[in-house]
Amino acid sequence: MAENTPIGERENRQAYWRANLRLLAVLLTIWFVVSFGFGILLEDWLNQLHLFGFKLGFWFAQQGSIFTFVVLIFVYAFRMRTLDRQFGVGD
Amino acid sequence: MDAQNLTYLFVGVSFALYIGIAIWSRVANTSEFYVAGTGVHPVLNGMATAADWMSAASFISMAGLIAFLGYDGSVYLMGWTGGYVLLALLLAPYLRKYGKFTVPEFIGDRYYSDAARLVAVLCLIFISFTYVAGQMRGVGIVFSRFLEVEVDLGVIIGMAIVFMYAVLGGMKGITYTQVAQYCVMIFAYTVPAIFISLLITGNPVPQLGLGAEVADGSGLTVLEKLDSALIELGFTAYTDGTKSTIDVFAITAALMVGTAGLPHVLVRFFTVPKASDARISAGWALVFIAILYTTAPAVGAFARLNFISEVNETEYTETPQWFKNWEDLGLIAWQDKNGDGAVQYRPGAPFDGKPAFDGDKRGEHGERLLVNPTTDTANEVYVDRDIMVLANPEIAKLPGWVIALVAAGGLAAALSTAAGLLLVISTAVSHDLLKKTLMKHISDQQELRAARIAAAVAIGVAGLLGIYPVAFVAQVVAFAFGLAAASLFPAILMGIFSKKMNKEGAMAGMLTGLVFTFGYIVYFKFISPELNTAEHWLFGISPEGIGMVGMMLNFAVAFTVDRFTPAPPEDIQHLVEDIRVPIGAAGAQDH
Repeated sequence: MAENTPIGERENRQAYWRANLRLLAVLLTIWFVVSFGFGILLEDWLNQLHLFGFKLGFWFAQQGSIFTFVVLIFVYAFRMRTLDRQFGVGD
Repeated sequence: MDAQNLTYLFVGVSFALYIGIAIWSRVANTSEFYVAGTGVHPVLNGMATAADWMSAASFISMAGLIAFLGYDGSVYLMGWTGGYVLLALLLAPYLRKYGKFTVPEFIGDRYYSDAARLVAVLCLIFISFTYVAGQMRGVGIVFSRFLEVEVDLGVIIGMAIVFMYAVLGGMKGITYTQVAQYCVMIFAYTVPAIFISLLITGNPVPQLGLGAEVADGSGLTVLEKLDSALIELGFTAYTDGTKSTIDVFAITAALMVGTAGLPHVLVRFFTVPKASDARISAGWALVFIAILYTTAPAVGAFARLNFISEVNETEYTETPQWFKNWEDLGLIAWQDKNGDGAVQYRPGAPFDGKPAFDGDKRGEHGERLLVNPTTDTANEVYVDRDIMVLANPEIAKLPGWVIALVAAGGLAAALSTAAGLLLVISTAVSHDLLKKTLMKHISDQQELRAARIAAAVAIGVAGLLGIYPVAFVAQVVAFAFGLAAASLFPAILMGIFSKKMNKEGAMAGMLTGLVFTFGYIVYFKFISPELNTAEHWLFGISPEGIGMVGMMLNFAVAFTVDRFTPAPPEDIQHLVEDIRVPIGAAGAQDH
């Protein structure tokens, strides 16, 4: 349990947690931008552009955001595996 | 063999498979019953999660909804996938690290309060029952259309199958049947989609077909052709929506957050061996889900295009066979308002309400006669949105075995989700309500028996909801998301990311979110449905999207109350520190 961990270990865990939060901030920003940004708020504007026969805003709303979501989760899983190892807190 | 017998064969074989898995995966203790002994491989758990997640609404209704909503249908596509990012990044690994059996258990322990646990149990049961009602209805629809059994009998058969593997095998039985069901479902969904994409665009990949040119020499892409055809008939363009931007935003947010807060999805991540497995498993789940979810908008657009070209301005007597089949079932109706004998498809309702047929009476062209009061729109045809996927193989004139496959796939989608939901309901009763609150001294074997009895009772109640349906499939499901978004998601999130959040704050937040969202939906859907229009909504947000506001209220109330009440005890703060690191995650503990 945490109360038995030495001071250095506690700081290590806090550093790990901050690194995790930084990664989360980056990935969740992308998550927000592709869906709520490109797919909804900027949809009309992006629809002036075309990609593979799609209006771009429409494509983000119906396909592009979903592909991005998949990539985001795998990036998170692999980055966290590295962080787990780096801070020695892996399972 | 004709399509009918093939359907019996496919459905029969798939059911035999599910029952076989149920017998193979019988369980002996509560750890296996609740979380499959935490021994599920992350990729298989991803597949099971996808089947658990993709319900009758995803399989049967979603493409149809998108077909008729166009751009507005994006709320479902983004909403029901974006939630997995939240799940994988913010919830799943920590809940797995905590390593217990249920979502209310986490909330009860983290907020050191049986009352918080009970609030969570209530939320869970309400959310899961609203959701399961739609599944049983989906089972009934598939049975009635493809196997020519009464909807009620279809529901009873579905209940019997779920009973077999949920009661015998618990989470373990459900997990491995869900893996099988995913394979049946995804095959059944993509095969017709590939054929239709080939037929319309010559491109076998539906995701690309949606952007490709129509193979009719017009040089227009599918979306351009659909836009121009719809505008000509007086509809809004397919790629433009009719919902306001704020409503699209709110619905998408409510569905995303709701997805991440659904107990039957969360609990799937309790079944993998390690916290790091929970992250990667969520990624796999979304891969398997995305295969269907990126196919759906293509299927929707193809179906709408096909519908217009085959039905609009066609003499009733010349309409294709599927049109008449679905009319016989009451899911399509036609009223020859202008007396020209042809079907006019235009915006607006053709008549008031759902079709009410005048017994078996037929009109001069052979159409079923309606008693509904007519409207003054030029539209003459009523189409139930739920039929688009089921009718697709017939619309595209695909061989009988594809139709049989779709029937088996629809049933797999409905049964897999129903089983997952029923399991979390029974777990909440036997573990959180009995073992942790009311009858703390029962043995593991007694608890297991209670879990089985609770599962059986839940199946019975779900069946009744299927036989006496509340509203149509997708609409009922939307209700569950708002409530999950406004109650469970914030409580779990704050439990992990805020060390100082205390029980007073969390409970006040959950209750506020729940009461507000519930009240808003009930007011507009049931008490004053005539006021359910944009000018009466709060900030222009529809009942489908109000979960987003409920969630924000939950956070606001929780943090305010938290400031004026004592901080959580030291050991709880240590618990939070401990779940933030994966190290030391063991199997779910017996207690």
